[in-house]
Amino acid sequence: MSYALEIKDLEKTYKGGVKALRGIDLEVEEGDFYALLGPNGAGKSTTIGIVTSLVNKTSGSVKVFGYDIDSDLTRAKQQIGLVPQEFNFNSFETVQQIVVNQAGYYGVPRKEALIRSEKYLKQSDLWEKRHVRARMLSGGMKRRLMIARALMHEPRLLILDEPTAGVDIELRREMWEFLRELNASGTTIILTTHYLEEAEMLCRNIGIIRAGELIEDTSMKSLLSKLMFETFIFDLDTYENKPEITGYSSELVDETTLHVEVERNQGVNDVFKQLSEQGIKVLSMRNKSNRLEELFLKITEENKQEEDNNV
Amino acid sequence: MFKLYYTALKSLAVKETNRYLRIWVQTLVPPVITTSLYFVIFGNLIGGRIGEMEGFSYMEFIVPGLIMMSVITSSYSNVSSSFFSQKFQKNIEELLIAPVPTHVIMWGFVIGGLGRSILVGALVTLISLFFVPLQAFSWVMIIMTLLMTSILFSLAGLLNGIFAQSFDDVSIVPTFVLQPLTYLGGVFYSISMLPPFWRAVSRVNPIVYMISGFRYGFLGVIDVPVLWTLIILTFFIAVLYTINWYLIETGRGLRS
Repeated sequence: MSYALEIKDLEKTYKGGVKALRGIDLEVEEGDFYALLGPNGAGKSTTIGIVTSLVNKTSGSVKVFGYDIDSDLTRAKQQIGLVPQEFNFNSFETVQQIVVNQAGYYGVPRKEALIRSEKYLKQSDLWEKRHVRARMLSGGMKRRLMIARALMHEPRLLILDEPTAGVDIELRREMWEFLRELNASGTTIILTTHYLEEAEMLCRNIGIIRAGELIEDTSMKSLLSKLMFETFIFDLDTYENKPEITGYSSELVDETTLHVEVERNQGVNDVFKQLSEQGIKVLSMRNKSNRLEELFLKITEENKQEEDNNV
Repeated sequence: MFKLYYTALKSLAVKETNRYLRIWVQTLVPPVITTSLYFVIFGNLIGGRIGEMEGFSYMEFIVPGLIMMSVITSSYSNVSSSFFSQKFQKNIEELLIAPVPTHVIMWGFVIGGLGRSILVGALVTLISLFFVPLQAFSWVMIIMTLLMTSILFSLAGLLNGIFAQSFDDVSIVPTFVLQPLTYLGGVFYSISMLPPFWRAVSRVNPIVYMISGFRYGFLGVIDVPVLWTLIILTFFIAVLYTINWYLIETGRGLRS
Protein backbone atom coordinates (compact mmCIF):
# COMPACT_ATOMS: atom_id res chain seq x y z
CA MET A 1 0.00 0.00 0.00
CA SER A 2 1.50 3.36 -0.94
CA TYR A 3 0.50 6.39 1.04
CA ALA A 4 0.23 9.98 -0.05
CA LEU A 5 0.43 11.07 3.56
CA GLU A 6 1.64 9.26 6.66
CA ILE A 7 1.43 11.03 9.98
CA LYS A 8 2.72 9.34 13.10
CA ASP A 9 2.26 10.48 16.68
CA LEU A 10 2.11 14.13 15.64
CA GLU A 11 2.08 16.59 18.50
CA LYS A 12 2.00 20.35 18.58
CA THR A 13 2.15 22.57 21.61
CA TYR A 14 2.04 26.29 20.87
CA LYS A 15 3.97 28.87 22.84
CA GLY A 16 1.93 29.54 25.94
CA GLY A 17 1.24 25.84 26.39
CA VAL A 18 -1.83 25.35 24.18
CA LYS A 19 -1.75 21.71 23.08
CA ALA A 20 -3.21 21.74 19.58
CA LEU A 21 -2.35 18.17 18.58
CA ARG A 22 -2.07 15.22 20.97
CA GLY A 23 -0.41 12.42 19.04
CA ILE A 24 -2.24 12.11 15.74
CA ASP A 25 -1.76 9.04 13.55
CA LEU A 26 -3.18 9.33 10.06
CA GLU A 27 -2.64 7.55 6.76
CA VAL A 28 -4.10 8.74 3.48
CA GLU A 29 -3.76 6.36 0.57
CA GLU A 30 -2.51 7.49 -2.80
CA GLY A 31 -5.46 8.51 -4.99
CA ASP A 32 -7.82 8.94 -2.05
CA PHE A 33 -10.30 11.77 -1.56
CA TYR A 34 -10.09 12.28 2.18
CA ALA A 35 -12.16 14.55 4.40
CA LEU A 36 -10.71 15.94 7.59
CA LEU A 37 -13.49 17.22 9.79
CA GLY A 38 -13.66 18.73 13.20
CA PRO A 39 -15.09 21.64 15.14
CA ASN A 40 -13.30 25.00 15.13
CA GLY A 41 -10.00 24.82 16.99
CA ALA A 42 -9.90 21.02 16.80
CA GLY A 43 -6.48 20.95 15.16
CA LYS A 44 -7.28 20.56 11.43
CA SER A 45 -5.46 23.67 10.31
CA THR A 46 -2.52 22.92 12.61
CA THR A 47 -2.20 19.46 11.05
CA ILE A 48 -2.31 20.93 7.56
CA GLY A 49 0.10 23.68 8.63
CA ILE A 50 2.64 21.10 9.78
CA VAL A 51 2.32 19.01 6.62
CA THR A 52 2.87 22.12 4.47
CA SER A 53 5.68 23.58 6.65
CA LEU A 54 3.75 26.60 7.84
CA VAL A 55 3.73 25.33 11.41
CA ASN A 56 6.67 23.76 13.25
CA LYS A 57 5.74 20.45 14.86
CA THR A 58 6.64 19.66 18.45
CA SER A 59 7.17 15.93 17.81
CA GLY A 60 6.12 13.08 15.56
CA SER A 61 6.76 12.38 11.91
CA VAL A 62 5.18 13.32 8.61
CA LYS A 63 5.87 11.66 5.26
CA VAL A 64 4.50 12.84 1.93
CA PHE A 65 4.66 10.12 -0.71
CA GLY A 66 7.42 8.58 1.38
CA TYR A 67 9.45 11.78 1.70
CA ASP A 68 10.03 12.70 5.33
CA ILE A 69 9.56 16.42 6.03
CA ASP A 70 12.49 16.28 8.45
CA SER A 71 15.04 14.71 6.14
CA ASP A 72 13.69 15.35 2.62
CA LEU A 73 11.66 18.53 2.94
CA THR A 74 12.28 19.83 -0.59
CA ARG A 75 10.94 16.66 -2.23
CA ALA A 76 8.05 16.48 0.22
CA LYS A 77 7.07 20.08 -0.59
CA GLN A 78 7.22 19.42 -4.32
CA GLN A 79 4.41 16.85 -3.97
CA ILE A 80 1.97 19.20 -2.23
CA GLY A 81 -0.38 21.89 -3.49
CA LEU A 82 -2.13 23.94 -0.82
CA VAL A 83 -5.33 25.92 -1.02
CA PRO A 84 -5.40 27.76 2.30
CA GLN A 85 -8.44 28.96 4.14
CA GLU A 86 -7.61 32.67 3.83
CA PHE A 87 -6.74 34.56 0.66
CA ASN A 88 -2.97 34.85 0.79
CA PHE A 89 -1.94 36.10 -2.64
CA ASN A 90 -0.57 39.54 -3.37
CA SER A 91 -3.75 41.38 -4.23
CA PHE A 92 -1.83 44.01 -6.23
CA GLU A 93 -0.51 41.45 -8.71
CA THR A 94 -2.46 40.28 -11.72
CA VAL A 95 -4.10 36.88 -11.80
CA GLN A 96 -1.54 35.52 -14.27
CA GLN A 97 1.44 36.95 -12.39
CA ILE A 98 0.29 35.19 -9.23
CA VAL A 99 0.01 31.74 -10.78
CA VAL A 100 3.15 32.06 -12.93
CA ASN A 101 5.27 33.22 -9.97
CA GLN A 102 4.03 30.38 -7.83
CA ALA A 103 4.95 27.85 -10.53
CA GLY A 104 8.42 29.40 -10.62
CA TYR A 105 8.91 28.70 -6.92
CA TYR A 106 8.44 25.03 -7.76
CA GLY A 107 11.01 25.14 -10.55
CA VAL A 108 8.57 25.41 -13.47
CA PRO A 109 10.30 27.57 -16.12
CA ARG A 110 8.44 30.73 -17.08
CA LYS A 111 7.66 29.56 -20.63
CA GLU A 112 6.07 26.36 -19.33
CA ALA A 113 4.36 28.27 -16.52
CA LEU A 114 2.66 30.56 -19.06
CA ILE A 115 1.33 27.54 -20.95
CA ARG A 116 0.06 25.98 -17.73
CA SER A 117 -1.47 29.26 -16.61
CA GLU A 118 -3.69 29.20 -19.70
CA LYS A 119 -4.78 25.64 -18.91
CA TYR A 120 -5.57 26.18 -15.24
CA LEU A 121 -7.01 29.68 -15.55
CA LYS A 122 -9.32 28.48 -18.32
CA GLN A 123 -10.33 25.52 -16.16
CA SER A 124 -11.08 27.95 -13.34
CA ASP A 125 -12.94 30.29 -15.65
CA LEU A 126 -10.42 33.06 -14.95
CA TRP A 127 -8.59 33.29 -18.27
CA GLU A 128 -10.49 36.43 -19.28
CA LYS A 129 -9.37 38.01 -15.99
CA ARG A 130 -5.71 37.10 -16.33
CA HIS A 131 -4.56 40.74 -16.58
CA VAL A 132 -6.82 41.94 -13.77
CA ARG A 133 -5.34 42.68 -10.36
CA ALA A 134 -6.42 40.04 -7.85
CA ARG A 135 -8.02 42.57 -5.50
CA MET A 136 -10.60 43.36 -8.22
CA LEU A 137 -11.90 39.78 -8.28
CA SER A 138 -15.07 38.61 -6.56
CA GLY A 139 -14.85 36.25 -3.57
CA GLY A 140 -15.64 33.20 -5.70
CA MET A 141 -13.06 34.16 -8.29
CA LYS A 142 -10.42 34.58 -5.58
CA ARG A 143 -11.20 31.06 -4.32
CA ARG A 144 -10.80 29.68 -7.84
CA LEU A 145 -7.56 31.60 -8.25
CA MET A 146 -6.18 29.92 -5.12
CA ILE A 147 -7.05 26.50 -6.55
CA ALA A 148 -5.50 27.35 -9.94
CA ARG A 149 -2.37 28.61 -8.18
CA ALA A 150 -2.07 25.39 -6.15
CA LEU A 151 -2.30 23.29 -9.30
CA MET A 152 0.35 25.11 -11.33
CA HIS A 153 3.16 22.74 -10.34
CA GLU A 154 0.82 19.77 -10.82
CA PRO A 155 1.05 18.37 -7.28
CA ARG A 156 0.31 14.75 -6.46
CA LEU A 157 -1.37 15.75 -3.21
CA LEU A 158 -3.78 18.67 -3.10
CA ILE A 159 -4.79 19.95 0.31
CA LEU A 160 -7.82 22.21 0.49
CA ASP A 161 -8.59 24.00 3.73
CA GLU A 162 -12.24 25.09 3.63
CA PRO A 163 -12.14 25.71 -0.13
CA THR A 164 -15.79 26.55 -0.56
CA ALA A 165 -16.28 28.82 2.44
CA GLY A 166 -18.37 31.77 1.33
CA VAL A 167 -18.85 30.39 -2.16
CA ASP A 168 -22.37 30.38 -3.62
CA ILE A 169 -24.16 27.10 -4.25
CA GLU A 170 -23.76 27.12 -8.03
CA LEU A 171 -20.05 27.74 -7.86
CA ARG A 172 -19.64 25.21 -5.09
CA ARG A 173 -21.22 22.53 -7.29
CA GLU A 174 -18.88 23.49 -10.14
CA MET A 175 -15.89 23.24 -7.83
CA TRP A 176 -17.01 19.83 -6.61
CA GLU A 177 -17.20 18.61 -10.18
CA PHE A 178 -13.75 20.01 -10.88
CA LEU A 179 -12.28 18.37 -7.77
CA ARG A 180 -13.92 15.04 -8.64
CA GLU A 181 -12.32 15.15 -12.08
CA LEU A 182 -8.98 16.08 -10.59
CA ASN A 183 -9.18 13.17 -8.17
CA ALA A 184 -10.24 10.82 -10.97
CA SER A 185 -7.12 11.87 -12.89
CA GLY A 186 -4.97 10.59 -10.01
CA THR A 187 -4.46 13.54 -7.67
CA THR A 188 -4.87 12.66 -4.01
CA ILE A 189 -7.09 15.22 -2.29
CA ILE A 190 -7.43 16.07 1.37
CA LEU A 191 -10.26 18.39 2.21
CA THR A 192 -11.27 20.15 5.38
CA THR A 193 -14.72 21.63 5.32
CA HIS A 194 -17.54 22.85 7.47
CA TYR A 195 -20.05 21.79 4.84
CA LEU A 196 -20.53 18.20 5.81
CA GLU A 197 -22.66 17.63 2.77
CA GLU A 198 -19.54 18.50 0.78
CA ALA A 199 -17.50 15.81 2.51
CA GLU A 200 -20.29 13.29 2.04
CA MET A 201 -20.64 14.10 -1.65
CA LEU A 202 -16.93 14.06 -2.46
CA CYS A 203 -14.87 12.00 -0.08
CA ARG A 204 -14.29 8.27 0.16
CA ASN A 205 -12.61 8.32 3.55
CA ILE A 206 -12.99 10.55 6.53
CA GLY A 207 -11.15 11.54 9.68
CA ILE A 208 -12.67 13.47 12.55
CA ILE A 209 -10.44 15.52 14.80
CA ARG A 210 -11.56 16.77 18.17
CA ALA A 211 -9.41 18.58 20.71
CA GLY A 212 -6.20 17.57 18.94
CA GLU A 213 -7.04 13.88 18.64
CA LEU A 214 -8.21 11.82 15.70
CA ILE A 215 -11.38 10.27 17.07
CA GLU A 216 -12.55 8.66 13.83
CA ASP A 217 -10.67 7.47 10.76
CA THR A 218 -12.72 5.32 8.47
CA SER A 219 -14.48 5.09 5.12
CA MET A 220 -17.42 7.38 4.49
CA LYS A 221 -19.61 4.34 3.85
CA SER A 222 -18.83 2.67 7.15
CA LEU A 223 -19.25 5.93 9.01
CA LEU A 224 -22.66 6.56 7.51
CA SER A 225 -23.68 3.00 8.34
CA LYS A 226 -23.41 4.02 12.00
CA LEU A 227 -26.29 6.37 11.48
CA MET A 228 -29.15 4.81 13.47
CA PHE A 229 -31.98 7.06 12.36
CA GLU A 230 -32.81 9.99 10.14
CA THR A 231 -35.39 12.70 10.55
CA PHE A 232 -37.69 13.37 7.60
CA ILE A 233 -39.86 16.39 7.10
CA PHE A 234 -43.27 15.83 5.52
CA ASP A 235 -45.05 18.85 4.02
CA LEU A 236 -48.74 18.04 4.27
CA ASP A 237 -51.79 19.38 2.51
CA THR A 238 -54.57 20.80 4.69
CA TYR A 239 -56.46 18.06 6.56
CA GLU A 240 -59.53 17.61 8.73
CA ASN A 241 -58.18 15.31 11.48
CA LYS A 242 -54.77 15.66 13.07
CA PRO A 243 -52.38 12.97 11.72
CA GLU A 244 -51.61 10.03 14.02
CA ILE A 245 -48.45 8.05 13.18
CA THR A 246 -47.85 4.83 15.06
CA GLY A 247 -44.54 2.96 15.25
CA TYR A 248 -42.51 6.12 14.68
CA SER A 249 -41.48 9.04 16.82
CA SER A 250 -43.15 12.03 15.22
CA GLU A 251 -43.93 15.66 15.91
CA LEU A 252 -46.30 18.07 14.23
CA VAL A 253 -44.19 21.19 14.08
CA ASP A 254 -46.93 23.39 12.62
CA GLU A 255 -50.28 22.88 10.88
CA THR A 256 -48.78 21.25 7.81
CA THR A 257 -45.24 20.21 8.77
CA LEU A 258 -44.63 16.82 10.26
CA HIS A 259 -41.24 15.60 11.54
CA VAL A 260 -40.80 11.83 11.63
CA GLU A 261 -37.77 9.95 12.99
CA VAL A 262 -37.17 6.89 10.85
CA GLU A 263 -34.93 4.18 12.25
CA ARG A 264 -32.40 2.41 10.07
CA ASN A 265 -34.06 -0.34 7.95
CA GLN A 266 -37.48 0.82 9.08
CA GLY A 267 -38.30 2.61 5.81
CA VAL A 268 -40.76 5.42 5.16
CA ASN A 269 -43.40 3.44 3.24
CA ASP A 270 -45.46 2.88 6.36
CA VAL A 271 -45.56 6.59 7.12
CA PHE A 272 -46.98 7.26 3.68
CA LYS A 273 -49.46 4.40 4.13
CA GLN A 274 -50.71 5.70 7.46
CA LEU A 275 -51.08 9.24 6.16
CA SER A 276 -52.84 8.00 3.07
CA GLU A 277 -55.27 5.92 5.15
CA GLN A 278 -56.07 9.05 7.17
CA GLY A 279 -56.80 10.89 3.93
CA ILE A 280 -53.81 13.24 4.29
CA LYS A 281 -51.95 14.18 1.14
CA VAL A 282 -48.11 14.49 1.30
CA LEU A 283 -46.97 17.41 -0.85
CA SER A 284 -43.23 16.84 -0.44
CA MET A 285 -40.65 15.16 1.76
CA ARG A 286 -37.00 15.89 2.60
CA ASN A 287 -34.26 15.14 5.16
CA LYS A 288 -34.32 17.37 8.20
CA SER A 289 -30.57 17.88 7.98
CA ASN A 290 -27.53 16.43 6.40
CA ARG A 291 -27.01 12.81 7.46
CA LEU A 292 -23.33 13.27 8.10
CA GLU A 293 -24.03 16.34 10.15
CA GLU A 294 -26.15 14.33 12.60
CA LEU A 295 -23.49 11.69 12.82
CA PHE A 296 -20.70 14.21 13.23
CA LEU A 297 -22.48 15.90 16.10
CA LYS A 298 -23.24 12.55 17.70
CA ILE A 299 -19.63 11.31 17.47
CA THR A 300 -18.05 14.51 18.74
CA GLU A 301 -20.61 14.72 21.55
CA GLU A 302 -20.04 11.09 22.56
CA ASN A 303 -16.31 11.64 22.56
CA LYS A 304 -16.68 14.72 24.72
CA GLN A 305 -18.91 12.87 27.19
CA GLU A 306 -16.40 9.99 27.39
CA GLU A 307 -13.69 12.47 28.19
CA ASP A 308 -15.83 14.20 30.81
CA ASN A 309 -16.61 10.83 32.44
CA ASN A 310 -12.92 9.93 32.53
CA VAL A 311 -12.21 13.20 34.30
CA MET B 1 17.95 20.73 -7.71
CA PHE B 2 20.13 23.56 -9.02
CA LYS B 3 17.66 24.18 -11.85
CA LEU B 4 14.77 24.28 -9.37
CA TYR B 5 16.57 26.76 -7.12
CA TYR B 6 17.65 28.90 -10.08
CA THR B 7 14.10 29.08 -11.46
CA ALA B 8 12.73 29.88 -8.00
CA LEU B 9 15.32 32.62 -7.50
CA LYS B 10 14.54 34.09 -10.91
CA SER B 11 10.80 34.08 -10.16
CA LEU B 12 11.26 35.79 -6.83
CA ALA B 13 13.71 38.33 -8.26
CA VAL B 14 11.31 39.14 -11.12
CA LYS B 15 8.45 39.49 -8.66
CA GLU B 16 10.48 41.83 -6.45
CA THR B 17 11.64 43.87 -9.43
CA ASN B 18 8.10 44.17 -10.77
CA ARG B 19 6.98 45.35 -7.35
CA TYR B 20 9.21 48.41 -7.16
CA LEU B 21 8.74 49.21 -10.84
CA ARG B 22 4.94 48.97 -10.47
CA ILE B 23 5.00 51.60 -7.72
CA TRP B 24 7.78 53.71 -9.26
CA VAL B 25 6.16 56.94 -8.08
CA GLN B 26 6.75 55.79 -4.50
CA THR B 27 10.05 53.98 -5.00
CA LEU B 28 12.07 55.80 -7.67
CA VAL B 29 10.84 59.38 -7.84
CA PRO B 30 11.12 60.58 -4.18
CA PRO B 31 14.88 59.89 -3.74
CA VAL B 32 15.59 61.60 -7.06
CA ILE B 33 13.62 64.72 -6.04
CA THR B 34 15.14 64.83 -2.53
CA THR B 35 18.69 64.47 -3.85
CA SER B 36 18.08 67.08 -6.55
CA LEU B 37 17.08 69.49 -3.78
CA TYR B 38 20.28 68.68 -1.91
CA PHE B 39 22.27 69.39 -5.06
CA VAL B 40 20.55 72.74 -5.57
CA ILE B 41 20.57 73.91 -1.94
CA PHE B 42 23.80 72.49 -0.50
CA GLY B 43 25.76 72.21 -3.69
CA ASN B 44 24.81 75.28 -5.68
CA LEU B 45 23.50 77.85 -3.20
CA ILE B 46 25.40 77.13 0.03
CA GLY B 47 28.29 75.15 -1.48
CA GLY B 48 29.61 78.20 -3.33
CA ARG B 49 30.18 79.93 0.02
CA ILE B 50 31.78 76.87 1.67
CA GLY B 51 34.52 76.68 -0.91
CA GLU B 52 36.79 73.69 -1.52
CA MET B 53 36.93 70.50 0.50
CA GLU B 54 39.85 68.06 0.24
CA GLY B 55 40.83 69.85 -2.95
CA PHE B 56 37.42 69.56 -4.67
CA SER B 57 34.48 71.91 -4.99
CA TYR B 58 31.87 71.30 -2.28
CA MET B 59 29.43 70.08 -4.91
CA GLU B 60 31.93 67.52 -6.22
CA PHE B 61 32.67 66.43 -2.66
CA ILE B 62 29.07 65.72 -1.63
CA VAL B 63 27.93 63.94 -4.83
CA PRO B 64 29.29 60.45 -3.85
CA GLY B 65 27.82 60.75 -0.35
CA LEU B 66 24.42 61.74 -1.70
CA ILE B 67 24.41 58.85 -4.17
CA MET B 68 25.37 56.49 -1.33
CA MET B 69 22.65 57.95 0.89
CA SER B 70 19.97 57.20 -1.68
CA VAL B 71 21.41 53.71 -2.26
CA ILE B 72 21.33 52.93 1.48
CA THR B 73 17.78 54.20 1.95
CA SER B 74 16.44 52.50 -1.17
CA SER B 75 17.93 49.07 -0.53
CA TYR B 76 16.86 49.09 3.11
CA SER B 77 13.32 50.30 2.63
CA ASN B 78 12.72 48.13 -0.43
CA VAL B 79 13.42 44.89 1.38
CA SER B 80 11.93 45.84 4.76
CA SER B 81 8.64 47.03 3.29
CA SER B 82 8.37 44.25 0.71
CA PHE B 83 9.09 41.49 3.22
CA PHE B 84 6.81 42.97 5.85
CA SER B 85 3.91 43.54 3.46
CA GLN B 86 4.25 39.93 2.28
CA LYS B 87 4.11 38.86 5.89
CA PHE B 88 1.16 41.18 6.51
CA GLN B 89 -0.78 39.93 3.48
CA LYS B 90 0.34 36.38 4.31
CA ASN B 91 1.58 35.81 0.79
CA ILE B 92 4.99 35.00 2.24
CA GLU B 93 3.29 31.62 2.71
CA GLU B 94 3.58 31.12 -1.05
CA LEU B 95 7.33 30.94 -0.50
CA LEU B 96 7.28 29.06 2.78
CA ILE B 97 5.26 26.13 1.42
CA ALA B 98 7.32 25.93 -1.79
CA PRO B 99 10.56 23.94 -2.10
CA VAL B 100 12.57 27.15 -1.91
CA PRO B 101 15.59 27.09 0.43
CA THR B 102 16.20 29.97 2.82
CA HIS B 103 19.26 31.11 0.85
CA VAL B 104 17.12 31.54 -2.27
CA ILE B 105 14.44 33.46 -0.36
CA MET B 106 17.10 35.79 1.04
CA TRP B 107 18.81 36.38 -2.30
CA GLY B 108 15.47 36.95 -4.01
CA PHE B 109 14.76 39.85 -1.66
CA VAL B 110 18.36 41.10 -1.79
CA ILE B 111 18.25 41.19 -5.58
CA GLY B 112 15.10 43.33 -5.30
CA GLY B 113 16.88 45.76 -2.97
CA LEU B 114 20.00 45.70 -5.09
CA GLY B 115 18.09 46.42 -8.29
CA ARG B 116 16.12 49.31 -6.85
CA SER B 117 19.12 50.91 -5.15
CA ILE B 118 21.30 50.67 -8.26
CA LEU B 119 18.51 52.17 -10.35
CA VAL B 120 18.01 55.00 -7.85
CA GLY B 121 21.80 55.48 -7.61
CA ALA B 122 22.02 55.70 -11.41
CA LEU B 123 19.20 58.26 -11.55
CA VAL B 124 20.81 60.37 -8.82
CA THR B 125 24.16 60.19 -10.65
CA LEU B 126 22.39 61.30 -13.81
CA ILE B 127 20.92 64.31 -11.99
CA SER B 128 24.35 65.17 -10.56
CA LEU B 129 25.65 65.54 -14.13
CA PHE B 130 23.60 68.73 -14.39
CA PHE B 131 25.78 70.19 -11.64
CA VAL B 132 29.22 68.56 -11.87
CA PRO B 133 31.05 66.43 -14.47
CA LEU B 134 31.35 62.73 -13.71
CA GLN B 135 34.80 61.62 -12.62
CA ALA B 136 35.96 58.23 -11.45
CA PHE B 137 39.22 57.54 -9.66
CA SER B 138 38.60 53.79 -9.32
CA TRP B 139 35.64 52.08 -11.01
CA VAL B 140 36.46 48.87 -9.13
CA MET B 141 36.04 50.65 -5.79
CA ILE B 142 32.86 52.41 -6.92
CA ILE B 143 31.25 49.17 -8.04
CA MET B 144 32.46 47.11 -5.08
CA THR B 145 31.34 49.64 -2.48
CA LEU B 146 28.03 50.16 -4.25
CA LEU B 147 27.20 46.45 -4.49
CA MET B 148 28.39 45.55 -1.01
CA THR B 149 26.62 48.48 0.65
CA SER B 150 23.44 47.69 -1.20
CA ILE B 151 23.62 44.02 -0.19
CA LEU B 152 24.36 44.98 3.41
CA PHE B 153 21.39 47.31 3.71
CA SER B 154 19.10 44.92 1.87
CA LEU B 155 19.99 42.34 4.53
CA ALA B 156 19.45 44.93 7.26
CA GLY B 157 16.03 45.72 5.75
CA LEU B 158 15.24 42.02 5.67
CA LEU B 159 16.04 41.75 9.36
CA ASN B 160 13.72 44.69 10.04
CA GLY B 161 11.01 43.02 7.95
CA ILE B 162 11.35 39.76 9.88
CA PHE B 163 10.96 41.44 13.26
CA ALA B 164 8.37 44.06 12.22
CA GLN B 165 4.88 43.55 13.60
CA SER B 166 3.34 46.70 12.14
CA PHE B 167 4.03 49.28 9.42
CA ASP B 168 5.34 51.61 12.16
CA ASP B 169 8.10 49.11 12.92
CA VAL B 170 9.20 49.30 9.28
CA SER B 171 9.58 53.08 9.36
CA ILE B 172 11.12 53.47 12.83
CA VAL B 173 14.61 52.21 11.96
CA PRO B 174 15.10 54.31 8.78
CA THR B 175 13.86 57.45 10.53
CA PHE B 176 15.53 57.13 13.91
CA VAL B 177 18.65 55.08 13.15
CA LEU B 178 19.53 55.01 9.48
CA GLN B 179 19.00 58.65 8.60
CA PRO B 180 20.97 60.09 11.56
CA LEU B 181 23.82 57.63 10.96
CA THR B 182 23.91 58.57 7.28
CA TYR B 183 23.87 62.32 7.95
CA LEU B 184 26.63 61.84 10.54
CA GLY B 185 28.49 59.45 8.23
CA GLY B 186 30.29 62.17 6.32
CA VAL B 187 27.87 62.83 3.45
CA PHE B 188 28.22 66.61 3.80
CA TYR B 189 31.65 66.86 5.39
CA SER B 190 34.94 65.07 5.79
CA ILE B 191 35.33 63.53 9.24
CA SER B 192 38.95 64.75 9.20
CA MET B 193 37.43 68.21 9.80
CA LEU B 194 36.02 67.06 13.17
CA PRO B 195 37.80 67.49 16.53
CA PRO B 196 39.69 64.31 17.55
CA PHE B 197 36.98 63.14 19.98
CA TRP B 198 34.13 63.35 17.45
CA ARG B 199 36.39 61.90 14.77
CA ALA B 200 36.92 58.86 17.00
CA VAL B 201 33.17 58.64 17.69
CA SER B 202 32.43 58.84 13.96
CA ARG B 203 34.66 55.84 13.31
CA VAL B 204 32.16 53.69 15.24
CA ASN B 205 29.55 54.55 12.61
CA PRO B 206 29.84 51.89 9.86
CA ILE B 207 28.31 54.23 7.28
CA VAL B 208 31.42 56.41 7.49
CA TYR B 209 33.42 53.54 5.96
CA MET B 210 30.96 53.07 3.11
CA ILE B 211 30.77 56.73 2.17
CA SER B 212 34.52 57.09 2.46
CA GLY B 213 35.13 54.06 0.23
CA PHE B 214 32.60 55.24 -2.33
CA ARG B 215 34.01 58.76 -2.35
CA TYR B 216 37.47 57.28 -2.78
CA GLY B 217 36.19 55.52 -5.92
CA PHE B 218 35.06 58.85 -7.38
CA LEU B 219 37.60 61.38 -6.06
CA GLY B 220 40.52 59.39 -4.68
CA VAL B 221 40.24 60.99 -1.22
CA ILE B 222 39.58 58.98 1.95
CA ASP B 223 38.46 59.50 5.53
CA VAL B 224 39.36 55.93 6.52
CA PRO B 225 41.61 53.34 4.82
CA VAL B 226 40.00 51.54 1.88
CA LEU B 227 40.87 48.15 3.34
CA TRP B 228 38.83 48.98 6.43
CA THR B 229 35.85 49.86 4.23
CA LEU B 230 35.98 46.43 2.62
CA ILE B 231 36.56 44.63 5.94
CA ILE B 232 33.66 46.42 7.64
CA LEU B 233 31.33 45.76 4.70
CA THR B 234 32.28 42.08 4.53
CA PHE B 235 31.94 41.69 8.30
CA PHE B 236 28.44 43.22 8.48
CA ILE B 237 27.24 41.33 5.42
CA ALA B 238 28.40 38.05 6.96
CA VAL B 239 26.83 38.80 10.34
CA LEU B 240 23.49 39.99 8.93
CA TYR B 241 23.34 37.12 6.43
CA THR B 242 23.86 34.56 9.19
CA ILE B 243 21.27 36.13 11.50
CA ASN B 244 18.67 36.42 8.74
CA TRP B 245 19.31 32.87 7.58
CA TYR B 246 18.87 31.53 11.10
CA LEU B 247 15.67 33.49 11.71
CA ILE B 248 14.00 32.47 8.44
CA GLU B 249 15.19 28.88 8.71
CA THR B 250 13.71 28.54 12.20
CA GLY B 251 10.61 30.47 11.16
CA ARG B 252 10.94 33.45 13.52
CA GLY B 253 7.72 35.45 13.10
CA LEU B 254 6.85 33.35 10.05
CA ARG B 255 5.96 29.90 11.34
CA SER B 256 4.05 29.26 14.56
